[in-house]
Amino acid sequence: MARKVLVLGEVRDGSLRNVSFEAVAAAKTVSEGGEVVGVLIGDSVSVLGAELIKSGADRVVVAEDEKLKQYTSDGFSQVLLAVIDQEQPEGLILGHTALGKDLAPRIAAKLGSGLISDATAVEVAGGNVVFTRPIYSGKAFEKKIVTEGLIFATVRPNNIAPLEKDESRSGEVSSIAVDIKDLRAIVKEVVRKASEGVDLSEAKVVVSGGRGVKSAEGFQPLKELAEVLGGAVGASRGACDAEYCDYSLQIGQTGKVVTPDLYIACGISGAIQHLAGMSNSKVIVAINKDPEANIFKVADYGIVGDLFEVVPMLTEEFKKLKVHQ
Amino acid sequence: MNIFVLMKRTFDTEEKITISGGKINEDGAEFIINPYDEYAIEEAIQVRDANGGEVTVISVGNEEAEKQLRTALAMGADKAVLINTEDDVENGDQFTTAKIIAEYLKDKEADLILGGNVAIDGGSGQVGPRVAELLNIPYVTTITKLEINGTSAVVTRDVEGDSEVIETSLPLLVTAQQGLNEPRYPSLPGIMKAKKKPLEELELDDLDLEEEDVEAKTKTIEIYLPPKKEAGKVLSGDLADQVKELVHLLHSEAKVV
Repeated sequence: MARKVLVLGEVRDGSLRNVSFEAVAAAKTVSEGGEVVGVLIGDSVSVLGAELIKSGADRVVVAEDEKLKQYTSDGFSQVLLAVIDQEQPEGLILGHTALGKDLAPRIAAKLGSGLISDATAVEVAGGNVVFTRPIYSGKAFEKKIVTEGLIFATVRPNNIAPLEKDESRSGEVSSIAVDIKDLRAIVKEVVRKASEGVDLSEAKVVVSGGRGVKSAEGFQPLKELAEVLGGAVGASRGACDAEYCDYSLQIGQTGKVVTPDLYIACGISGAIQHLAGMSNSKVIVAINKDPEANIFKVADYGIVGDLFEVVPMLTEEFKKLKVHQ
Repeated sequence: MNIFVLMKRTFDTEEKITISGGKINEDGAEFIINPYDEYAIEEAIQVRDANGGEVTVISVGNEEAEKQLRTALAMGADKAVLINTEDDVENGDQFTTAKIIAEYLKDKEADLILGGNVAIDGGSGQVGPRVAELLNIPYVTTITKLEINGTSAVVTRDVEGDSEVIETSLPLLVTAQQGLNEPRYPSLPGIMKAKKKPLEELELDDLDLEEEDVEAKTKTIEIYLPPKKEAGKVLSGDLADQVKELVHLLHSEAKVV
């Protein structure tokens, strides 16, 4: 059944986030040959419309307003509801990001619709659009369908493959004017802590440190390894509690959930709460002095050894590999 | 101040998950207050102690949730409400829960509603914002700091590691992120007092809701465990050779770099 599906393109620092391309791919599946309509909301975002189309959207609707420079639930929901009203879609896909998590449930409540959060896969099976999502912190999975109304889901970053970019694709970029009023919660200040380097939740490679890193300075070799691999640095709760790094890096039950292609755990024992945040990574490498450490049970590859010896050697070896590529 | 906390009873984090009859097996499992809801309860108590008023903890579920509600009362909440859906709702979803809570809260004149930003079992994080929308009040999710001055509030929220400082006003709904506070353990006198605190039990009928008013909009068609991971390969030999081998394996076998 061909459907019209809206997909919100999320803009960060003037660029579309990777998860938005993944959301377009999910929307394409949900549309079953129908139309995928991108939505861009911000203060000057229309220039990104073409990119969204090259990534698989058929056309794009843009809402631009000074009041939309910063995400607010009030502002963005008014716009998205106006676009939904104009387009009358049968599906809606957002990224399961801070923005998507904040906005999607409100839209669902307003429309009286269901919402499938944090989907890691989508397929059409037996006439249904079926979403897969992790439950119990990734210890189990469920397959879920919408039984009534809009097919509405948020997709977890790094799980659904984006479509290959097609530079020849073109489509209409139209604008919608929305009278934004009654902003009841205003962002007064944004304190950037996590934004240097690669975004942790979207990183393809995560190099993560635990108590074994021993100090804030101890993270330096991990940062260098992450840099060589174009990845991000993460941490266990133990490392955060010991103040070796900021809580914004924490991966686990509390903290972020990451599913990179490669997760390198350095000096992390592998407490169950930490595993909850990373066990669905595609390939896991453990580096730990303790051969009995729990982390080796989930690792695909392990090296028993001192991370301060192993990590710099790995960095050098990857550098050589990059030179040969 | 009239303060409400939305609380969910969840599996203990450490529990092993098994499936029987297509459902997560709950037999013999330990249940706890959802950890993020503990932050919400703690914050509610602190706000009440600073501003006066009353903290009511609400849970939607079955009578088993009484235990966790008593724990919340022992921490210092004043009243508890259990909306028992055991006889009326077989397969609810977030629409169901939010609708029930909003229906309960609509005439309670809440100044502040707190909840966890996500439950560790279902992991949807939908109920808080849905309730706020149904009550037509502002909300701020994943908060790490809450300051209330009269009817205005300054809230700090975690945005994927960055912080946003948000100005808003009461009535307000917030969802708690780790770092908001350090939840207290119930004290022995607290536990004794909790036994005498009011715990009201309601059903859909008491809220003038029919089963079809809260019927789920989504359906779970399958629950399964992730495939068992093959035992990993722990390398051996000279450390320099191990490092070379690892890079080779990641490049040629796993193909991730």
